[in-house]
Amino acid sequence: MADMLNITIDGKSIQAEKGKNLMQVAKENGIFIPSLCYYEHIEPPLGTCRVCTCKINGKFGPACTEKISEGLSVEVNSEELKDTRKALVEMMFAEGNHICPACEKSGNCDLQHMGYELGVSSTRFQHLFKDRIIDFKPSRMVMEHNRCIKCLRCVVDVKTDDGKKVFTYQNRGNETYVGIDYDQEVKLTEEQAINAMKICPTGAIIVRGASLAAPFGERKFDMESVQKDYNKKKQTHKSRQPVMGKKIVATVSLAGCFGCHMSLLDIDADLLDVVELVSFDKSPLTDFKEFTSRCHIGIIEGGVCNSENVETLRKFREHCDVLVALGECSVWGGLPSMRNSIPLSECLEEAYLNSATSEPGANIIPYHEDLPKILDRVYACNEIVKIDYYIPGCPPDANHIWKAVKNILWGEEYSILYSEFKYD
Amino acid sequence: MPADTVQQLVEPGQTQMLNQLWELQLQNGFINDNDIKLIAERFDLSTIEVEGVVSFYHFFHRKPTGKYTIYLNNSIVADIKGFNRIKETFERETGAVFGSVDRTGTFGLFLTPCIGLSDQEPSALINFYPFTNLNAIKVKDIIASLRNGATPESICDTPADNIRYTPPGNKSIFFKKFIDGSALANTAKLGAEGVLEELKKTELAGRGGAYYPTWKKWKAAKDQPALPKYIVCNADEGEPGTFKDRVLMSTQANSLIEGMMICGYTIGAEYGIIYLRGEYRWLQHKLEDAISEYRKTGLLGKDCGNIKGFNFDIRIQMGAGSYVCGEETALLESLEGRRGEPRTKWFFPVEKGYLQKPTVINNVETFCAAARILEMGADEYLQMGIPGSPGTKLISVSGDCKLPGIYEIEWGMTVAELLELCEADDPYYIQVSGPSGECISIKEKYRRISMLDLLARKDIRCGGSFMIFNKQRDLVKVLLNFSEFFKSESCGICTPCRAGNFIIQRKLERLDNGLANEKDLEELKSWSTIMKNTSRCGLGKTATNSLIFSMDKFHDYFHSKLDKDFNGLNLKFDMEAATEEYEKYKI
Ligand SMILES: Cc1cc2nc3c(=O)[nH]c(=O)nc-3n(C[C@H](O)[C@H](O)[C@H](O)COP(=O)(O)O)c2cc1C
Ligand code: SF4
Ligand code: SF4
Ligand code: SF4
Ligand code: FES
Repeated sequence: MADMLNITIDGKSIQAEKGKNLMQVAKENGIFIPSLCYYEHIEPPLGTCRVCTCKINGKFGPACTEKISEGLSVEVNSEELKDTRKALVEMMFAEGNHICPACEKSGNCDLQHMGYELGVSSTRFQHLFKDRIIDFKPSRMVMEHNRCIKCLRCVVDVKTDDGKKVFTYQNRGNETYVGIDYDQEVKLTEEQAINAMKICPTGAIIVRGASLAAPFGERKFDMESVQKDYNKKKQTHKSRQPVMGKKIVATVSLAGCFGCHMSLLDIDADLLDVVELVSFDKSPLTDFKEFTSRCHIGIIEGGVCNSENVETLRKFREHCDVLVALGECSVWGGLPSMRNSIPLSECLEEAYLNSATSEPGANIIPYHEDLPKILDRVYACNEIVKIDYYIPGCPPDANHIWKAVKNILWGEEYSILYSEFKYD
Repeated sequence: MPADTVQQLVEPGQTQMLNQLWELQLQNGFINDNDIKLIAERFDLSTIEVEGVVSFYHFFHRKPTGKYTIYLNNSIVADIKGFNRIKETFERETGAVFGSVDRTGTFGLFLTPCIGLSDQEPSALINFYPFTNLNAIKVKDIIASLRNGATPESICDTPADNIRYTPPGNKSIFFKKFIDGSALANTAKLGAEGVLEELKKTELAGRGGAYYPTWKKWKAAKDQPALPKYIVCNADEGEPGTFKDRVLMSTQANSLIEGMMICGYTIGAEYGIIYLRGEYRWLQHKLEDAISEYRKTGLLGKDCGNIKGFNFDIRIQMGAGSYVCGEETALLESLEGRRGEPRTKWFFPVEKGYLQKPTVINNVETFCAAARILEMGADEYLQMGIPGSPGTKLISVSGDCKLPGIYEIEWGMTVAELLELCEADDPYYIQVSGPSGECISIKEKYRRISMLDLLARKDIRCGGSFMIFNKQRDLVKVLLNFSEFFKSESCGICTPCRAGNFIIQRKLERLDNGLANEKDLEELKSWSTIMKNTSRCGLGKTATNSLIFSMDKFHDYFHSKLDKDFNGLNLKFDMEAATEEYEKYKI
């Protein structure tokens, strides 16, 4: 029998085999430690994402690069550590340009999965919207640099038969990206290429012609959490007291597509109950243009892309007790924020002057004092006003929406099922 | 024994790549596609791997950099000494803009972080020759001379050593005359165990900033069974405001060489490498001369200094412009010809360092101190400093003071005394140990500088940089300068540092623009702490140190920067700035 060592994780005594790393040991003992760069067969572990940070003998450090030793004492689930790890996942969303509903890997993506497991409904960091390219030059792959989290897996693991690297980091600091060698990439066998796509925890490496697509609900991370107690986690929106009497709700769609509003109505027969209990003030559902009374809750779809959106959002803030950012666009910018890494003038010129559908000889970009002014980029609602609650999704799940809203209005405790928490 | 035979013996493969890239860069002013292919073939790598190395280092370029390549320092000290004016003058005189080459391909202008000349700012490197104490007229003259055919080499400055202070009564430890071979002779007398004993007695601790006990490091390497072993001198001195190693190498190269030899003798290594930062290329020949001199006199080579069986040789490796390569494991990666990405803590360098063999890495000052200790004996060394923190320390003083330069202080001197010695000009806050160190307010001037009491924060431990700022300097601007530095010097391999520094910079800009509120300050602090706790190496762990410290110490100042009308619901939004671009289309 192999050498066994005694360690403790969150106070629980555990016997583990010498030579293993802390990540393996935790997993074998049913303890969930988030991870992204860690990949079982890559040795030594990469230690790049830092999402597995724990407190090891009182000091912060990643679990994956910790060889266990006798008497090791590990803290995994303190509030501080949970928040720290969540922050790191949020950082990756803020750093890249992740538009899950438009991503081939959605549903099978490790980063997205970690977001679900840790309940990341919005990032605390402002998204950076760095201009990153999509490299179509490789003959059999597409490199989607917007999605790469620099985990190093492909760099270390993908090699041609004669041992040459196909991927390597280029530049440094926040300019770092994974460069692909066009000559070597051609030499990979089909199997090796597919493996590169699979080993990538995100949708950054896409092999032409190979599909990851599967119906919703059947994708790798759609239904089940790896944490046994995920669906039992109760949530309440703490600062709220239940509201008495008929509840007044206002809604608006700023830079959004009304998809979230559609989802709002998607609770089938329950809608009838809701209508009994709430009334709508300013909302596309009532077509009230102005507020007629103070509202208990304001539901905002869409981000902020022009001066009118700013004013509207401010009015909502003034008239509503609680503001809910509904859907990806409202939460951080979403699809419309695709324009954020491109200068506004380029976008406008492309749309009004140079596109295939613009009138021949067109030379005008609309500007009129009655027209809202277009902002330099799309802003998340929480960059303009304080937002009290975030519901992710594109569009969000109807059950998620109503559970949250009911909680805010009536103080009902609720739990969001893993399968109801989605970014696409 | 000629050095190159040793080299081929022990340093295989990719280790020589950096040197070859340097050659190409210097020859042609850039590295072209063909070169990349050639190098890739030579080292049996894919081209992307070579590209990855080239793009990591600041001084390697893939596009021409002009006949005269000018690197102007943009550190915070340069900034307060008139950087902007110099920058404009360079642009006007050369017709190039920073970041590019003029139309004729004559002048290339680039910015670079601290080049180790903070005592004579503003300063620049032209084709890697130093030009110091720049002013508009001097810049004009330099460019005119170059246009008239002068070479940078012929008109460059010889940077002054500016040793301003050594302990009175001829008690300098570092700057006394060094008798070649004397320390080595004592080493042989004491034997390896004896050396460790002396170092232990003197409590010598790493002067690169981490203060790890030197004897422990050497002992750990000595106890490793694997062979060969290596000695590496960390002469990457990249921490802005630090220039003590520069002055040591310029004036005390011999004690450095001997320090490395003593270490070699102690742990059983035969080969040493000095990793010299690219910015100090102008010092290379001085070091090389000293090494040749040692070889000539039989102190280096076979049976060094007549010690039977002790062979040792040293070579110099030039860095290529990267602060993080000062981190010891990044330095090893760089030595091996790769990108300077710090390793994980899976192995320590004393177990598996250079080429996966036991390696001791020490700072220049550490090796010099070791040589001096062996030269003078521990007992005499212990006469200096204070109990628990014996000896002296080199401090690079710069910023708002009349006498910037090197101060060899006895441990235990107070901040106030040092400020007086250098004739500080209305000091208000002081950045100790560089941007990654600690910032202190003038209210703390009676704190001692020592290795003691780090946790209680009574004394202050100084890594070498001591930058003084007066009240006119805007703290947020200083912090923005630091955050730009860390953002661009991060190696990019771990999330909290790569993304975090960028995020912190954005937030500081908000603060600078008056858009921030109380919550932003809280977030700055909390995010800084997350970076500190999760980053892979010291760079990310310390990048937000000055921010965290200054928010505590200059509380009122930070609050004066906030949005005064904030009601807790509507955040300040700069509509004018946000619509500026669109307003262009007003008809
Ligand atoms: C980002 C970073 C930069 C560093 N730069 C240097 C440097 O320029 N010179 C140096 O001697 N040590 C530097 N260090 C410290 C080294 O990692 C290492 O601790 C030191 O070389 C050990 O030598 P010592 O024990 O003699 O101090 C740096 C550390 C970090 C994290
Ligand atoms: S599915 Fe994954 S890679 Fe794709 S956009 Fe979402 S988080 Fe990014
Ligand atoms: S491309 Fe994928 S595997 Fe490679 S570093 Fe980026 S996220 Fe990791
Ligand atoms: S902390 Fe910064 S410099 Fe250090 S490994 Fe991480 S990214 Fe690289
Ligand atoms: S999983 Fe441990 S650092 Fe990425």
